[in-house]
Amino acid sequence: MARKSSSLKTTVVTVASWTIGFLIFFPILWIIILSFKTEGDAIKSPLEVLTSSWTLHSYAEVQTRSNYALHFWNSVVLSVGSTVLALVIAVPAAWAMAFVPGKRTKDLLMWMLSTKMMPAVGVLVPMYLLFRDLGLLDSRIGLTVVLTLINLPIVIWMLYTYFKEIPGEILEAARMDGANLRSEILYILTPMAVPGIASTMLLNIILAWNEAFWTLQLTTKAAAPLTQFIASYSSPEGLFYAKLSAASTMAIAPILILGWFSQKQLVRGLTFGAVK
Amino acid sequence: MGNITLSAVTKTFGDVNVIPPLDLEINDGEFVVFVGPSGCGKSTLLRLIAGLEDISSGKITIDGRDATDAAPAERRLAMVFQSYALYPHMSVRKNIAFPLKMAKLSQAEQDKKVENAARILNLTNYLDRRPGQLSGGQRQRVAIGRAIVREPAAFLFDEPLSNLDASLRVTMRQEISELHQSLKTTMIYVTHDQVEAMTMADKIVVLNAGNIEQVGSPLELYHRPRNLFVAGFIGSPKMNFITGAEAAKHGCTTLGVRPEHIEVGDGPWEGVIGLAEHLGSDTFLKVDVAGVGTLTVRVQGERGLHHGQTIRMTAPADKLYRFGPDGLAL
Repeated sequence: MARKSSSLKTTVVTVASWTIGFLIFFPILWIIILSFKTEGDAIKSPLEVLTSSWTLHSYAEVQTRSNYALHFWNSVVLSVGSTVLALVIAVPAAWAMAFVPGKRTKDLLMWMLSTKMMPAVGVLVPMYLLFRDLGLLDSRIGLTVVLTLINLPIVIWMLYTYFKEIPGEILEAARMDGANLRSEILYILTPMAVPGIASTMLLNIILAWNEAFWTLQLTTKAAAPLTQFIASYSSPEGLFYAKLSAASTMAIAPILILGWFSQKQLVRGLTFGAVK
Repeated sequence: MGNITLSAVTKTFGDVNVIPPLDLEINDGEFVVFVGPSGCGKSTLLRLIAGLEDISSGKITIDGRDATDAAPAERRLAMVFQSYALYPHMSVRKNIAFPLKMAKLSQAEQDKKVENAARILNLTNYLDRRPGQLSGGQRQRVAIGRAIVREPAAFLFDEPLSNLDASLRVTMRQEISELHQSLKTTMIYVTHDQVEAMTMADKIVVLNAGNIEQVGSPLELYHRPRNLFVAGFIGSPKMNFITGAEAAKHGCTTLGVRPEHIEVGDGPWEGVIGLAEHLGSDTFLKVDVAGVGTLTVRVQGERGLHHGQTIRMTAPADKLYRFGPDGLAL
């Protein structure tokens, strides 16, 4: 009896998770399907998914109309660059908060997180003016710095929780063994936190890749990443669904593939420290 | 050389005074054991010497040099932690070599010293394993190996054996004692186990609530405890304390008598055996004596004593410890 009810439970859970998974994936699937249709077929209602013909026309069109390679490269530079920069700042910061906490460390962490709660548009004007005066508009360097700062609180928080899991005695042992602060972080802390640092890195790359608000406001062409590339296909005169879908598919494909291959690491990273 | 001197050292955490002003002299080559109940400040004292905690006031001198503000690495001390604190991502070889790498020794020198330490500690076959693949005793040896390669001025041990099972603890205890005899380096060893303290130490420092209750050789503490605390802490089973009229008869407030000094047969104390524990080599008795209280008695060998039996006991006058109203020995 017990076995029967547990197998029933398994079935229900399986069906439910597949349903939820499908619902979440559906928009992406829809975009992929539309990208292989002609513009005419794409706006038909109801859509004839299987009966209408398939075409690569939209992809060809997108290639001739815009420079995918440039935007792809910009996305890579921005997301990887901002992630590396964020880690360089966050590793020592998280070390300090985890191992030599002061009276206000908890408050500081909360304050950092609270900056994520403020709508970004609130600082848009001052940021724009700063960028204009410093000549950073439409530059990769400027945008890399902005993306670093935006994601820094999350990176520090994640690293902080990983570092808290590392026993303090091991670091003390390193200190007794003659390690200075640099050696301690380089040879002991970082290697031990590699799984955590890796998943923080992955998450940050994804966040930076998807960042649209700042990339749309502060770039036009030279430093524009894939978000700008997609946006250029939505126009006030009317949407070209098929081309927009083709552009979107090309924009999300790299990060989707990266996410697919690193999902184990990501899930571990996001739930790390949750049990204990 | 490994002389360590603490002068008027104190430590406060916030408002809590963990170590009141404390003076201590540790001579080169001595095996000193800090012993006391948990929370007595013995580990804190060790960490102050190591430099892992800053002292609140006072002075620490190592080999005549003022080390009060020196970083842990500059004190030339090596520490073995209770949790071993091995680097889990490094092989045994790299663990042991880590202090040498930090000291920027050449690879050849590192290899030589690591091989040598591994030979002393029987770790040669495990050099390429990770700490996770070793048993508790082996991990402990790696931790000791990491300490000895540095050739430190002194070794600090923070309850190193408390994670091991009873039989391994005895073996490791002997290994550490042998290591001390061959290296002749100063060792400071923290434990709450008075048997470890008695068997290993040249000098025992008994601590209670941050205060040094007594400093002396194991037998000095056993034979001439300065106060009730030391008398009760050193010796197993614990010393019996008798108060009231019986103590007054001997001209003291508290009369102490060790279980092994009580003789069963004849004498002034008559009592009923409440509990008899037969170990073969010894028998431990709990005897209820009217007007005196419950006495723990250690009888050599097997004498066929059992629960409920009435016996008479005495203790030789020269084996009685007398304490005044302030708890100090008279």
